[in-house]
Amino acid sequence: MGALFSFVVVILLILLAYVGVAAVGMQSFFGIVIPYVAVLVFLVGVVYRVIKWGKSPVPFAITTTGGQQKSLEWIKQAKLDNPSSSTGVVGRMALEILLFRSLFRNTKSELRDGRLAYGSGKWLWLAAMAFHWSFLIVLLRHVRLFETPVPSFVNLLESLDGFLQIGAPRLFLTGVILLLAVTYLLLRRFYVRQVRYISLAADYFPLFLIIAVASTGILMRYFFKVDIVSVKELTMGLVSFNPTVPAGVGAIFYVHVFLVSTLFAYFPFSKLMHAGGIYLSPTRNLANDSRAVRHVNPWDYPVKVHTYDEYEDEFREKMIKAGIPVEHYPAPSPEELEKEFGDKDAGVPAGKEE
Amino acid sequence: MYNGGKILLGIFVFLALATYPFYNNIGKANARPEPSTDTPAIQKLAQKKCIEPEAFMKSEHMQLLNQWRDAAVRDGNRIYVAGDGQRYDISLQNTCMKCHSNKKEFCDSCHNYAGVSPYCWDCHLAPKEGK
Ligand code: HEC
Ligand code: HEC
Ligand code: HEC
Repeated sequence: MGALFSFVVVILLILLAYVGVAAVGMQSFFGIVIPYVAVLVFLVGVVYRVIKWGKSPVPFAITTTGGQQKSLEWIKQAKLDNPSSSTGVVGRMALEILLFRSLFRNTKSELRDGRLAYGSGKWLWLAAMAFHWSFLIVLLRHVRLFETPVPSFVNLLESLDGFLQIGAPRLFLTGVILLLAVTYLLLRRFYVRQVRYISLAADYFPLFLIIAVASTGILMRYFFKVDIVSVKELTMGLVSFNPTVPAGVGAIFYVHVFLVSTLFAYFPFSKLMHAGGIYLSPTRNLANDSRAVRHVNPWDYPVKVHTYDEYEDEFREKMIKAGIPVEHYPAPSPEELEKEFGDKDAGVPAGKEE
Repeated sequence: MYNGGKILLGIFVFLALATYPFYNNIGKANARPEPSTDTPAIQKLAQKKCIEPEAFMKSEHMQLLNQWRDAAVRDGNRIYVAGDGQRYDISLQNTCMKCHSNKKEFCDSCHNYAGVSPYCWDCHLAPKEGK
């Protein structure tokens, strides 16, 4: 259901941009207005989400531990999996963000002869790595459309990415890897029953959207060619706040840009915000030093307490009358002492008598 | 905000990177390159036109070159019949670069702008340019 819905939405988005440009001629709307709005929503949205997360307290030190905690000198600590210092945390975060360390521990479970068996499941990690890294490189390659002169790192990326020198324009591997990996991530949701069960439209939509973005990009580069010089004229116009719509850029370009804009605008309000969220995950970014440093729960507000002592002070007489034992008996009055011992000096300790 | 310093630093870095193209380019005039077709060979032409229509050449010349390469190297076919019936020798150096003998002002002006560096010239000879 969620999958079909997301698929239809993406198709509608494609048609919307295509009809808008090819039939209605709304080039400046899809080429200028939409991208500006999308980037603005993206920037404001991301900052808003991060600040909102920053404002939520972390009540407990709930760092995830994946190895031996810092302990006695002769017990070897797993410094990266169970860091006790800020440097360790930085190391762990770097592993997590750059190499998806915790996903590498992914397990799969299945029933074998009626017994539940666990094994390691690395395909998800592999596809996720392939997907994210290609996406990053594809994104960085696009910098060529936003900078004149083109920075040299972009040329380097292009020559590495196209090192197989297949065809002209030469085939960029990351484009292919990106599409394959994201297709795997989609098929996983279709074919792994447990995953399908928990998949919602919010999971399918970004996948279909990214598939559409990558496909239109690949189509535009290798099949329905557009004049890149005019495209760059448009993109440079956008970033220099001097927007123009050059003539003769095919509708596929506007479809691509519209899909990318949708992705950008959708980003802050969706699961895609894990890109920012990973940095703010308490389970990852806290050092496991709870035995050395006290973690103060910022939620602790001054609670109105009524200790037992205060309670006893309040009810002591009544308790004594009712025969309930109390911690502190009141000092006996002189009359009581007299009654008890018949003598005013009875309280004087024996040894002190002359 | 908790850990406000670190989070604000993160936000600052994010914004600085994400908006870099904007503040780096704001107000700059960005003229598109005008590849010059002012070469002796083209001057001599009665009709100053390329092998195929200009719009096609602009966006698809690399694919045309790729077809040429395959035709010549794989199929041994060294004659290209253009859309208008005109016949051309299939040759990067002797056809394209005869007319476009000003590689620097022509091919490179676009390629530098678009950040492409065709590796063809690792082997093929670029026309000698006086300047
Ligand atoms: C109108 C500007 C323009 C002119 C003039 C031009 N090119 Fe290109 N060329 C491009 C663009 C833009 C690309 C990149 C297309 C892409 O990335 O999809 C390109 C790509 C190429 C490629 C493929 C490069 C690769 O490895 O991917 C080759 C080969 C090429 N051009 C050859 C030439 C030659 C030879 C000339 C001169 C006779 C020339 N071009 C003139 C704009 C131009
Ligand atoms: C007979 C001479 C001639 C030959 C051969 C020739 N061109 Fe051209 N080319 C021209 C002329 C003249 C123009 C400009 C007018 C036009 O585009 O029709 C031009 C325009 C172009 C353009 C568009 C430039 C722009 O203004 O944006 C490209 C790209 C191009 N040629 C590439 C090539 C490539 C690649 C080859 C070889 C496959 C080639 N040309 C062969 C004469 C030639
Ligand atoms: C590894 C060296 C090498 C590279 C790099 C190279 N070529 Fe070639 N190319 C050759 C050789 C060798 C021939 C065969 C020459 C012949 O048979 O006349 C050839 C032939 C061709 C031909 C047909 C014949 C002719 O004279 O032009 C074309 C067109 C061509 N190459 C285009 C390209 C393009 C476009 C590129 C860049 C995308 C490129 N080549 C890169 C070596 C290379």
